[in-house]
Amino acid sequence: MAYLAAARAQRRAGRRWAGGRTAAFAGGVALLALAAAPPLAAWAHGDLRGHMVQHVLVGMLAPLGLVLGAPVALALRTLPVPAARRVTRFLRGRVVRVVSHPATAAVLNVGGMAVLYLTPLYAATLHAPALHALVHLHVLAAGVLFTWAVLAGPDPAPHPAPLATRLGVLTLAIAAHAVLGKLMYGYGWPCGVAGAAEVQAAAQVMYYGGDLAEGLLLVALFARWYRAGRTAGGGAAAGGGVAARARRAPQDLRRVRG
Amino acid sequence: MPDAPRPAAPPRPDARRSLGVAALLGVGLMAAVDEVVFHQLLRWHHFFDLSTPAVGIISDGLLHAFELVALVSGAFLAADLLRRGAWAGRWAWAGGFLGAGGFQLFDGIVDHKVLRIHQVRYGVELLPYDVAWNAVGLALLAVGAALAVRARRARPA
Repeated sequence: MAYLAAARAQRRAGRRWAGGRTAAFAGGVALLALAAAPPLAAWAHGDLRGHMVQHVLVGMLAPLGLVLGAPVALALRTLPVPAARRVTRFLRGRVVRVVSHPATAAVLNVGGMAVLYLTPLYAATLHAPALHALVHLHVLAAGVLFTWAVLAGPDPAPHPAPLATRLGVLTLAIAAHAVLGKLMYGYGWPCGVAGAAEVQAAAQVMYYGGDLAEGLLLVALFARWYRAGRTAGGGAAAGGGVAARARRAPQDLRRVRG
Repeated sequence: MPDAPRPAAPPRPDARRSLGVAALLGVGLMAAVDEVVFHQLLRWHHFFDLSTPAVGIISDGLLHAFELVALVSGAFLAADLLRRGAWAGRWAWAGGFLGAGGFQLFDGIVDHKVLRIHQVRYGVELLPYDVAWNAVGLALLAVGAALAVRARRARPA
């Protein structure tokens, strides 16, 4: 709602705000709403497969839409200057620098999943609604953080990692996700909450759903590189596209602030 | 330096880059064929095999991730070459076959025989399968090499 109001305010002020971004953000919100919709929530409550569908929606697909919607850039443009300045200071701070490094974000994201499914934590969430809500919040936050860290945009990224780092971390994260899915499939994790067939089906949802989401993230990453339109030779130099764009981001931030 | 203006040179096919990008696509495609056809459709070597050591699972995950990255990055790199008019078609075909054949042979020799991550099929006499697997790899490599020779003759680099 705030996003739509801000986008309209931008338009009314005669400044452009791409419809594609609004559509991406709305798509992300719609996926979140779908995940929280009563039928899916009820299915997820008693069935690991439903939980996993929810998880892929909340932690992987919705974040892609939300991040591509560039909500922070929109907020910085729309907020009064002092507030925008505070946001900028926070984004440039050490906390964000550490947390938004692709490696940190990947560990928070995939590592969080490993902790959830390979320990008794998942079973515990079934009986503690507060813990359950907290886990969902973490899944969403880690998903958004990871997507933003890998894309280093379209929101201003004050500490963008080089393209090679982001691509490497994404590759490892895809591998880790696939390994986690197979471990769950093979060893029946999480233990003691569902029958073997249900766990295997859930692991397959995780494996293939995760693939779809990670594939889309890869496409988004390279689409940004392609649109940056660099002519380059070799992988490292090819990184100039996104990296150069990413390096310009702090200037965008400054411009927005001023 | 990254912000330097794009050189205004006339578009010229880039043989080496076309070959490399197409090889990347060939590797990714062959890995995907292996994974989709043999792991998931025929289930000759399975989605997950409990007798496989943990190293095997992890390497399989890495292969899977690499295959995705190779296909997507190869597609965008090829699109970039096409956009710049630098796509050398003959070299690209050669690269695609070399990449696919190279991966097939690597999988057949290193993964199956040296590391023994998985075999082509279980519970059968393995030799014909191994021979067929590696013969396909060799044949693809041979086609790629022939295409490369032809490309060189057509337009001396």
